[in-house]
Amino acid sequence: MNRFPPWKYILIGFTLVVAFLYTLPNFFGEVPAVQVSPVRTSEKVDTALLGKVESLLKASNVPTSGVELAGNSIKTRFASTDLQIKAKDVLQNGLGVRYTVALNLVSASPSWLSSISALPMYLGLDLRGGVHFLLEVDMKAALEKAAIRYQNDFRTELRNDKIRYGRISREGNVVTVHFATRDQRDAAINKLGTTFTELALTPEDLAEGFTLTARLKPQTETKVQEFALQQNITTLRNRVNELGVAEPVIQQQGANRVVVQLPGVQDTAKAKDILGRTATLEIRMVDEQADPIQVSQGQAPFGDEIVSSREGGNIAVKKDVVLTGDSITDASPGFDNTSGQAAVHINLDGKGARIFRDVTRENVNKRMAILLIEKGVAEAITAPVIREEIGGGRVQITGMETAQEASDVALLLRAGALAAPMQIVEERTVGPSMGAENIEKGFHSNLWGFFAVVAFMVIYYRIFGLFSSIALAINGFFLIALLSMMQATLTLPGMAAIALTLGMAIDANVLINERIREEIRAGSTPQAAIHAGYDRAWGTILDSNLTTLIAGIALFWLGSGPVRGFAVVLCLGILTSMFSAVTVSRAMVNLTYGRQARLAKVSI
Amino acid sequence: MLEFFPFKRTIPFMSWGKVTTAISLLTFLFSVWALWDKGLNLGVDFTGGTLIEVRTSQPADLNTIRTALEKTGLPEVSVQSFGTSRDVLIRLPVKSDANAAQTSNRVMAALQAADPTVELKRVDFVGPQVGKELYDNGALALLVVAFGIMAYLAIRFEWRFALAGMLANMHDIVIILGVFAFFQWEFTLTVLAGVLAVLGYSVNESVVVFDRIRENIRKMRGATIPEIIDDAITRTMSRTIITHGATQIMVLSMLFFGGEALHNFALALTIGIMFGIYSSVLVASPLLLMFGVKREHFIKPVEKKEEAVV
Repeated sequence: MNRFPPWKYILIGFTLVVAFLYTLPNFFGEVPAVQVSPVRTSEKVDTALLGKVESLLKASNVPTSGVELAGNSIKTRFASTDLQIKAKDVLQNGLGVRYTVALNLVSASPSWLSSISALPMYLGLDLRGGVHFLLEVDMKAALEKAAIRYQNDFRTELRNDKIRYGRISREGNVVTVHFATRDQRDAAINKLGTTFTELALTPEDLAEGFTLTARLKPQTETKVQEFALQQNITTLRNRVNELGVAEPVIQQQGANRVVVQLPGVQDTAKAKDILGRTATLEIRMVDEQADPIQVSQGQAPFGDEIVSSREGGNIAVKKDVVLTGDSITDASPGFDNTSGQAAVHINLDGKGARIFRDVTRENVNKRMAILLIEKGVAEAITAPVIREEIGGGRVQITGMETAQEASDVALLLRAGALAAPMQIVEERTVGPSMGAENIEKGFHSNLWGFFAVVAFMVIYYRIFGLFSSIALAINGFFLIALLSMMQATLTLPGMAAIALTLGMAIDANVLINERIREEIRAGSTPQAAIHAGYDRAWGTILDSNLTTLIAGIALFWLGSGPVRGFAVVLCLGILTSMFSAVTVSRAMVNLTYGRQARLAKVSI
Repeated sequence: MLEFFPFKRTIPFMSWGKVTTAISLLTFLFSVWALWDKGLNLGVDFTGGTLIEVRTSQPADLNTIRTALEKTGLPEVSVQSFGTSRDVLIRLPVKSDANAAQTSNRVMAALQAADPTVELKRVDFVGPQVGKELYDNGALALLVVAFGIMAYLAIRFEWRFALAGMLANMHDIVIILGVFAFFQWEFTLTVLAGVLAVLGYSVNESVVVFDRIRENIRKMRGATIPEIIDDAITRTMSRTIITHGATQIMVLSMLFFGGEALHNFALALTIGIMFGIYSSVLVASPLLLMFGVKREHFIKPVEKKEEAVV
């Protein structure tokens, strides 16, 4: 009656082994490491860079305890934090600005565990220390910025077509053009309506004249806002790379917010400063007459400036600025229609387009440089050759080797500056000592609580209590293994949820044990009592766990930050406890008592 | 066999209806009064504002810290010790100026100017808009959980059970909130998570009793409904106490070892567990009786069919 078919034991055994393997990495602790990753996401880390890192460290006599390629970064382990800091300086100087060199902690678990992706749990900021920012993008400002652009574009377009207009006013994100006559206005509707299909134009006849009011269509408004958010995220990512944070998280939250999490960052003042900084983009002509030898030595000819180029080496650019990044309304990766090469398409606003047309007409077959200026340092992103006069404000830059590189340049062009101002609306900083303290507190809560429950269960239910306790411990393993496998973020409330689910999981075993006692009291044989006990308790266990699961899911859905961490663990804990408390404990009971046909007494 | 509750006879819980209803009503009214009169002491999570926790190398002199902070010109700074004598909690209300995010930097600069050994442990800054959203989402979560559980109980049992179970649990929630309001304990996001967990957890208790009632209705053919309910409660009593005891052990462990961060969370759970036992036994079941649960609600027209055949 109380026997499992062999496959059930094998299945349980298998899940136990898997759970144990995936729990294991959490016990090895962490070692100091230095992480090297490229600033540009398109750039791949390869064995060549690995070799360079190794030789740089060897040259400076910094002993490592292992260098490995992990994802798109190189992680080097060190025996002590002193060596780690020394190595960081060596690598930062040796590799230059194209790579981010950051201090990190990596799991000390052996590599065969990492090779089956058994990684330790991912600790939240409240456990490892760091900064969490929630930034809100000022969408009203983004729309106004768009309106200002249209204001300029209207002026250019109307002037080009020699349509006379009075003045162009703007209120919020509504642009109004004033005309003296109806004919002028109608001509303007024709012209502007075909050029700017994304706008809704409404004519109005007033006593003092004729007006044309332009508004963004709702779908354009959404596009402008999405664009602003994406651009701000890209900009933030570039800036965070500079901070040298090992595993930053930058993601969109809702329609107008960005979450930035910087584990391990202590200097929040500096972090805030860098995140809020404004960068600018400039287009300038390359000085073709400059002496290449002088340029490579960093000597600038008169009226020029030497900037480093992302394409390698230095180039001399004129000091006169052709255009600034404000003129770029959009940049997107694509392909050249004729050659099929990867390209970046740039849209300029009206004023920018006009200047660009004039400049390109006069400088065919010369090079123009696109510069990104941050902290007063200019760097050329790319310096393509002008093939022909470019009008219409649609510029194509070729010369990119891959589509990935094209999309990277497009991102950089857009990411130079923030599309709209951002404001920090939430900040949570946890110091490093606090993080370690929280881990310790969470761990102790679990440990002592667990031992107290076990002591009680064994005294009260004896052998069955022991089974229940073992099942509870296995539940803990399952839970930690699942969290490690999913790489879910463990927070302090998450640790509280582990304790709580352990306390609640014992409920299933108490239900079962009480039922078995009751059946024995009612005169059943021990075997029948065990069978009936597990059988009848199951419905109740299911019901009571499902109600808690409902609460957990709602918490996950509506919760934020710490509450979410709590909810994830709560939900997972309920699922694992149903398996461990019912199936695993039953397996133990069956193995112990199942074979004894004439079982007279059980210890419960 | 070690037994805490070797009940040989059924305990007549239902006959105590008047007394238990009176107790419930009193505690409930007390809680409502506390909530109405004092209100919840909402943390920065919900009100918005800045909270800075620092640790000093020597036992902290709160007055020195206050004077140092007054010089920054920041209004309404509250300084109090937190847990130990070396831990200090500084609170600042939310300000209308846009540069609120810089507040913590200014505070730290002022503190470190006065005492360079001051160590930053934690900063929580929540903008007023975010605080309001967290508050709204919290209230929404409470409603969603309540209705979700009620819908589940209605499907699994019957609407009378669902309503009785839910009312009993809302009674627990109101009491937790009432106690928090009365003692002016700080109500944070973590506490809210605890309250919602209690809502899911304490309904377990009602489910276990309801399960027994349903089973008894089918088994105890001759008995009246109050007898059936009494029997169900008596038989699940032992399990109720032990289960809650086990959970409470864990919660106490958090209360003692979890530090300040988990302190109020553990308190909320403790109240929830205590009243969870009481309400599921002595509130949900009398309510069920009051709603007029009948045998026919569970024993469906099997007999009628047989008659038709005859």
